[in-house]
Amino acid sequence: MKYSVFSLLREALRGHTGWTPAWRKAEPKAQYDVVIVGGGGHGLATAYYLAKEHGITNVAVLEKSTIGSGNAGRNTTIIRSNYLLPGNEAFYEWSMKLWEGLEQDFNYNAMVSQRGVLNLYHSDAQRDAYARRGNSMRLHGADAELLDRVAVQRMAPYLDFENARFPIHGGLLQRRGGTARHDAVVWGYARGADTRGVDIIENCEVTGIDIRDGRIISLDTTRGAIRANKIGLAVAGNTARVAALAGLRLPIESHVLQAFVSEGIKPAIDSVVTFGAGHFYISQSDKGGLVFGGDIDGYNSYAWRGNMPVIEDVMEAGMALWPGLGRIRMLRQWGGLMDMSMDGSPIIDRTGVDGLYLNCGWCYGGFKATPASGWCFAHLIARDEPHSGAAAMRLDRTMTGAVIDEKGAGAQPNLH
Amino acid sequence: MRIPCSFCGPRGNEEFTYLGDATVRRPDPAAPNAMQAFHDYVYLRENPSGLHQELWFHGSGCRSWLIVTRNTRTHEISDVKFALRGGEA
Repeated sequence: MKYSVFSLLREALRGHTGWTPAWRKAEPKAQYDVVIVGGGGHGLATAYYLAKEHGITNVAVLEKSTIGSGNAGRNTTIIRSNYLLPGNEAFYEWSMKLWEGLEQDFNYNAMVSQRGVLNLYHSDAQRDAYARRGNSMRLHGADAELLDRVAVQRMAPYLDFENARFPIHGGLLQRRGGTARHDAVVWGYARGADTRGVDIIENCEVTGIDIRDGRIISLDTTRGAIRANKIGLAVAGNTARVAALAGLRLPIESHVLQAFVSEGIKPAIDSVVTFGAGHFYISQSDKGGLVFGGDIDGYNSYAWRGNMPVIEDVMEAGMALWPGLGRIRMLRQWGGLMDMSMDGSPIIDRTGVDGLYLNCGWCYGGFKATPASGWCFAHLIARDEPHSGAAAMRLDRTMTGAVIDEKGAGAQPNLH
Repeated sequence: MRIPCSFCGPRGNEEFTYLGDATVRRPDPAAPNAMQAFHDYVYLRENPSGLHQELWFHGSGCRSWLIVTRNTRTHEISDVKFALRGGEA
């Protein structure tokens, strides 16, 4: 069913009795051309673009739980393309362009809101670094504006401009950045893939990968064996576990990142604002809750929950940026598993195993990448060659030395 | 999460700095496969879901490097020993 104002009117007149489920609960078949492991945003986007852009529709998406229940349902919903390095920025700007046309493309309201992303700077050196970043963004076709203190004050007068230690000198603004409704992104891709024939199979955990003569043959799952010509892994924090089934050892550590939502308040903040003197970012959801987060906890974890010191650190950063936050109560907090790579950038590539493809290393920035990640991964799987936008995101870059390290932090995942 | 430091006793994890996997070993630079061995040492990790041996530095305490055995699924710590001095407890 195509969603439109006409279908809405028709159903309003019929008492909303004609709506059908947005996707089928598919049963696994014995064989698929492509099996995507991981029913999050990236996996479903990959299946969607495989069907839509490459005409490959004998595809299954296997999800061990329910779709969108991992990081796709646990992020702070920010979309932006404000990276510095050529290997990254072109990719994220392509993602931004896909976001801009996404809702029309998959006929679903993903509530993409280009409300602007403002990165604050607090020193002359940081201003220079942001000017350079803005120039890099513009060179790659993205938008960036360097704002002075007065312009930031006009945008967000409630911030602590006179903070003795970290006065706000200005900010780098990407007006096209903003937020999207994370669950709706998952549902939109699921629906778009399903209508094109993709089987979305939930509660189906992969327990083994059968490889013969260096080539994948089939997958063992909790719902039986499934043969596949090609397998794509898009399992984020569980990458090491699933890849180990194929004997792969990867440059990935799984870390926990916490995020926070306050009680719902009236509209207070109309863009995304990030603190430049600590790691803190904040926006407001359409329900009124302030959505914010900061650093990862910093140690290997598969526990889906973090610890108090990071919560305290995030709150302190929030208070330094916006003292008024102290009058608002934190409502809830959660943790997700980040697939932290060794250089802080993702991997979309073939593996040493024939027919097995890898999509991982999103660190804590995977949500904004969802459309381009799916687009480039689908291209890689369909044509067996990297998409030009993700050509630098190779698995062997740690060996060749062509790492993409935005922060220059080195091979230390908890510092990215 | 509280880490039972071998010298100081149980302390909050904010007193410690995390380095990572304690099982990787610096390879022999003179070995014929040193290039590959150093790559694997610097970049590749087991990243287990379960027991993990890892290095923590007690910077706000005794300044010891510790090898902590921790379950990454529960954050439960089952063993702590000094990284230096032959790993005595």
